[in-house]
Amino acid sequence: MESLIDIVLLAFLVGIAFAIVWMKDLLAVIMLLGIYGLLSASFFVAMDAVDVAFTEASVGAGISTLLMLVTIAMTGRSEHPVRHKPFLALAVVIITGSLLIYGTLDMPYFGSAQAPVHQHVAPRYINDSIEEVGVPNIVTSVLASYRAFDTFGEVVVIFTAGMGVLALLSVVRRPKNTTGDKARDIAKIDLINDSMHEQHLVLRIVTKMLIPFIFLYAFYVQFHGDYGPGGGFQAGVIFASAIFLYAMLFGMSTARRVINQSFIQLLAAIGVLLYGSVGVVSLLNGKNFFDYSALSVDPIAGQHLGILLIELGVGCTVASVMVIIFFSFADRKDNGQNLESNGIENNLKENNKK
Amino acid sequence: MDTFINISSSVFLLTGSFLCISGGVGILRFPDFYTRMHAVGVTETLATAMILIGLMLHNPDFFVDIKLMIILIMSLFISPTASHALASAAMRNDFSQKNNEKPDSEQVKPWNP
Amino acid sequence: MLIAATLAILIVMVMAITRGIMGPTLYDRILAVNMFGTKTVLLISLLGFVMGRPEFLDIAIVYALINFISVIGVLRYSDSSIFKHSNQQKK
Repeated sequence: MESLIDIVLLAFLVGIAFAIVWMKDLLAVIMLLGIYGLLSASFFVAMDAVDVAFTEASVGAGISTLLMLVTIAMTGRSEHPVRHKPFLALAVVIITGSLLIYGTLDMPYFGSAQAPVHQHVAPRYINDSIEEVGVPNIVTSVLASYRAFDTFGEVVVIFTAGMGVLALLSVVRRPKNTTGDKARDIAKIDLINDSMHEQHLVLRIVTKMLIPFIFLYAFYVQFHGDYGPGGGFQAGVIFASAIFLYAMLFGMSTARRVINQSFIQLLAAIGVLLYGSVGVVSLLNGKNFFDYSALSVDPIAGQHLGILLIELGVGCTVASVMVIIFFSFADRKDNGQNLESNGIENNLKENNKK
Repeated sequence: MDTFINISSSVFLLTGSFLCISGGVGILRFPDFYTRMHAVGVTETLATAMILIGLMLHNPDFFVDIKLMIILIMSLFISPTASHALASAAMRNDFSQKNNEKPDSEQVKPWNP
Repeated sequence: MLIAATLAILIVMVMAITRGIMGPTLYDRILAVNMFGTKTVLLISLLGFVMGRPEFLDIAIVYALINFISVIGVLRYSDSSIFKHSNQQKK
C-alpha cells in the first residue's frame, strides 16, 4: 500500500515537472510549482520525514510561490521566445545527467543497513540523544545541538540573503516635495493600488479572524519543535506568511504602518546575535562552542535552554528576513506601477525607439 | 457500541470519498469555468467535513481529535472563502462566458520590449 | 476504509492535476491548485492514520493555511495592473 502511494506521488512529480518545462505562461508555471511543492511534501510524509515535509510545506509551497508571484508581477507574464539553438545546452544537460545517474550506481541501496550514513554517527544520534540532549524529537536535537554549527551557518546565509536583497532592491522613498493636487493624485494612486480590501469584504473579515490564529500556530510550532515536527525555521516562515497575507489584503502602506521597517531589520540582526552569543557563552564557560551543557548546572537543563534560545534566534531571523524580502519586492513593484501610470506614454515611446 | 462507531466512521469516509470523486469528475467534465467552480466548491466543503468526521470517529485519542477539529473548522472557513474570492475575481476581470474558451496563451501577449 | 478513502483522494488528485495542466484559462488553474491543496490536506491526515502516526496532523494544519494564503496571493497579483496592461497591449 505504502509503496503504491510512493509510486503514484512520484509519477505525479514527473508529470508536473514535464508540464512545467512545456508551459510558456509563467503564472501557470508558478501555480504548477505550488502543486509540485505540495506533492513533494506529501511524498516526504509518506517517507516518514516529517520535519522535512513541514519545511517543504511552508517554504516550497507557500513562501516561494508568493515571492515568485511578486517577481512575475514586476517582470511580465510570459517567457521570452528562445532564438538560440538549444543543442549545446541539451548535450551538456544530458551528459551531466547521465554521469550523475552513473554515479548513483555505486551508492548503497535505499534503506540498506550497510550504507555509510547508517554506520557513522547515526547510531549515536539515535541511541544516545535522549540521554545526552533530552529532547524527544531526534531531528531537533541533531539540528540544534549536535550540528548547531551547521545550523548557525544556515542562519547566517539567510541573514546575508536578506541583507543582499535589501542592498539591491531597497528603494528611495518617493519624493514628497510635490505639492497640492499632484500629491493628492499620487496618494490616490496609492489608494487604488492598495484597495483590494475594499472590494473583498468577505476576504477581509475571514482574514482578520484567521491572522491571530496563524500567529498563535506559529508560536506553537516554534515551541513545540522539541516534541514534534517543527522548529524555528518553520515557525518563522509561518509567522512571515501571516504578515504577507495582511500586506496583500490591506495594502502595502497599511502594512508599513503596522510593521516598522527598521525594527524588522533590527530583529533580523538580533536573531543571529542571539544564536551566536549562546555559542560564545558556552565557550566562556569552559566548554566547546555551542556545547549547551555549559549553560546550566544540570547538563540536560542546559541543553533545553540552549535549544530554546537558538530556535528563538532562528525564528526571529527567518521571519524578519522573509518580511524584508517581501516588502522590498512589493515596494519595487508598487513603484514600478506608479511610474507606469504616471509616465506610461514615456515608456511606450522608449519601447518604440527600441 | 464499537461496531456502531466503526460502521458510522466507514459510512462517513465512504460518503466523503464519493463526494470527492464526484467533484473531481465535475472539474474534468464540466464545460466552462463557472460550472467547474460550482462542482468543486459545493462538494469540497462537505467532502472534507465528512472525511474528517470519519477520521474523528475512527480515533479515540483526545488530542488528535482536537487537531482534526481545528482542521475541520479552518477548512469550513477557508474553502468557501477561497471559492468566493476566485469567483468574484473572475467576475471583476470581465471573465465572461464568451472569452472563456480562449486558451490563456492567446489572452496574453508575449512580452517583447 | 482508510485505504479506500486514500485511493479515492489519489484519483481526485489525478483529476485536479489534469485540469491544472490543461487549463485552458488562468482561473481554471487557480481552481485546480486550490482543490489540489484541499485534497493534500485530506491525504496527509489519512496517511497519518494509515501509517499509524496521527501526530502528522500538524502538517495538515499548515497546509490548509498555506493553501489559503497562496490562493489569495495568486488572486491579488493576477489582479495587478501589469497583467491587465499586457492584455490591453495585445488588443
